[in-house]
Amino acid sequence: MMNMEAAVSTSQVENTRTFRHALGVIVRDPLSLASTIVIILFILMALFAYQVAPHPDEGAGKTNVPNSMLAPSWEHPFGTDLLGRDMLSRVIIGAQPALIVPIGVVLFAVLIGAPLGAIAGYKGGWVDEVIMRITDLFLAFPSLLLAMAIASALGRGLDKAAIALVVSWWPWYTRLTRGVTISLKERYFVEAAQAVGVNDWVIILRHILPNTISPVLVQATVDLGTVILAMGGLAFLGLGTQPPAPDWGLMVSDGRTYILNQWWIATFPGIAIFVVVLAFNLLGDTLRDIFDPRQYR
Amino acid sequence: MPKLEFIFRRILTSIFVLIGVSIMTFFIARVIPTNAAAMYIGPKARQEDIDRVKKQLGLDKPLPVQYIVYMNQLLHGDLGDSISTKRPVLLEITERFPATLELLFTAMFFAILLGVPLGILSARWQGKALDVGVRTVSIMGVSMPAFYLGLLLQIFFFRTLHLLPLAGRISGDLRFTHPVQSITNFLLIDSLLTGNWIALKDVAPHLVLPALTLAAYPIGLIARMTRAAMLEVLEQDYIRTARAYGIRDYVVTYLYALKNAVSPTLTVIGLTFAFALTGTFFVEIIFNWPGLGLFTVRSLLAVDYPAIMGMTLFGATGYVLINLIVDLLQAWIDPRISLK
Repeated sequence: MMNMEAAVSTSQVENTRTFRHALGVIVRDPLSLASTIVIILFILMALFAYQVAPHPDEGAGKTNVPNSMLAPSWEHPFGTDLLGRDMLSRVIIGAQPALIVPIGVVLFAVLIGAPLGAIAGYKGGWVDEVIMRITDLFLAFPSLLLAMAIASALGRGLDKAAIALVVSWWPWYTRLTRGVTISLKERYFVEAAQAVGVNDWVIILRHILPNTISPVLVQATVDLGTVILAMGGLAFLGLGTQPPAPDWGLMVSDGRTYILNQWWIATFPGIAIFVVVLAFNLLGDTLRDIFDPRQYR
Repeated sequence: MPKLEFIFRRILTSIFVLIGVSIMTFFIARVIPTNAAAMYIGPKARQEDIDRVKKQLGLDKPLPVQYIVYMNQLLHGDLGDSISTKRPVLLEITERFPATLELLFTAMFFAILLGVPLGILSARWQGKALDVGVRTVSIMGVSMPAFYLGLLLQIFFFRTLHLLPLAGRISGDLRFTHPVQSITNFLLIDSLLTGNWIALKDVAPHLVLPALTLAAYPIGLIARMTRAAMLEVLEQDYIRTARAYGIRDYVVTYLYALKNAVSPTLTVIGLTFAFALTGTFFVEIIFNWPGLGLFTVRSLLAVDYPAIMGMTLFGATGYVLINLIVDLLQAWIDPRISLK
């Protein structure tokens, strides 16, 4: 029993050490540090959108027609749209569906995918076979195409688009967690737990899953850029957020009609998507260099 | 012999995956919507109309029976009729496919032509200015939404420079004065084959912006992955040995190392093809390109589910086939793979 405890704590020490190491690398690398700061600022802006936005009511969709199509000025730094709504407020409030919802999507995809992968990897045999063949089936579709089809079948809306993305993204985490689990299975702390007769489910829950967190977390950060782009794409096509609610992808789509004259309507939401995705990709690159979750595939 | 067995097994699994794909497509279109028949008619349907359509479409039968009927039609090349255009979905797809394929191939041609050499050079000069430049451009390429990049290119090349056309595949008046005879249905190739120079001069510039927009993500991805693959190979012992023997640097890089970086690069190119396939949807909307994407998006918004089902199945089949081709190519290039 003593040995087992020792083995478990070693693996946890290992985890915290790599985490500190990662933090150290990020703080020293100016590009990663800048990306992290940008991401944190954007998330804070999204969470407190209604407090930050200068015209929260217009941001949420209230029209103000006399102000229609004003060019950027001190009063309206990002200009106004056709219905006279302050674009800055709309970009700020639009961060909720465009940024916070994708984070939730990845979180749910991990919550569904990771336990299934741990079960498949640990149990092996027919359980593994069934779970992985189902996973293959989902991965046989281009993810975004699958998400589009599901979103359309569910009916349009932000919640439906989010569900569609979760459904098309979870298999990636099943695959990853399964790989990590198979390599963990041979480690002493798992063997020790098996030797003293700990229940399989307890091993998966207490010993396997906690140790899959860091590779899964890295992969999730790497994927967030792609999921934000996918969410923006669904919104752009009209399958996500429905007007008058704001969403970056939807605003680019609205502004497309006026792009040659009222350039600001599509430009600022577009820049917002680009900057956030770029920040996630830069941070993801650094994290991938440190952990390389692909080594388990 | 193991090679033949590998090929056979790989094709067999693809067939099983395709059957699974058809079940899933069926599930998405027939089971998820709460009332498929009501969707079929539209928002103002009366109950008796719904019942009639249900019977007509066979939606009143149990699901397994419905699936067998659907599968039977599928095997006869019948994807059903589109609700909005009232024409066979298969016809809609085959009519529009060449336009999408022309766009896709042009974009992938640019992406491979630029991405692979950039990745190799970037690895060769790791840490130097060239490497930093390539990495910056490629990470921006994979971070830029296609639907936004398209707009930026339109502003710059159409509005500011007056250099390239805004949208479409061919100018409206040319379609009547210099119609392109259809042979392959690739306007670029057809106008070239028939010596229709005036049309060629119009078609080529129309293709540039959409292809460039579509290529941005693949260029970034291919360059990044090629670089990573090259760097991994360049660290190997045999490369160091070759260097120690005094073999010239460019021979080591471009002959010895490159050979072993081909396989992972090929995987990425296959993967990017699939990305680009969904990418065409956005590009076609922005540039009003008369291909599959424009049709699919219209169907998605109209909940034209025979069309959605047909397109999802078509897209997934294409994806499975690309993966199959990549795997077979790799087995051909790298004999170790088929022995696994």
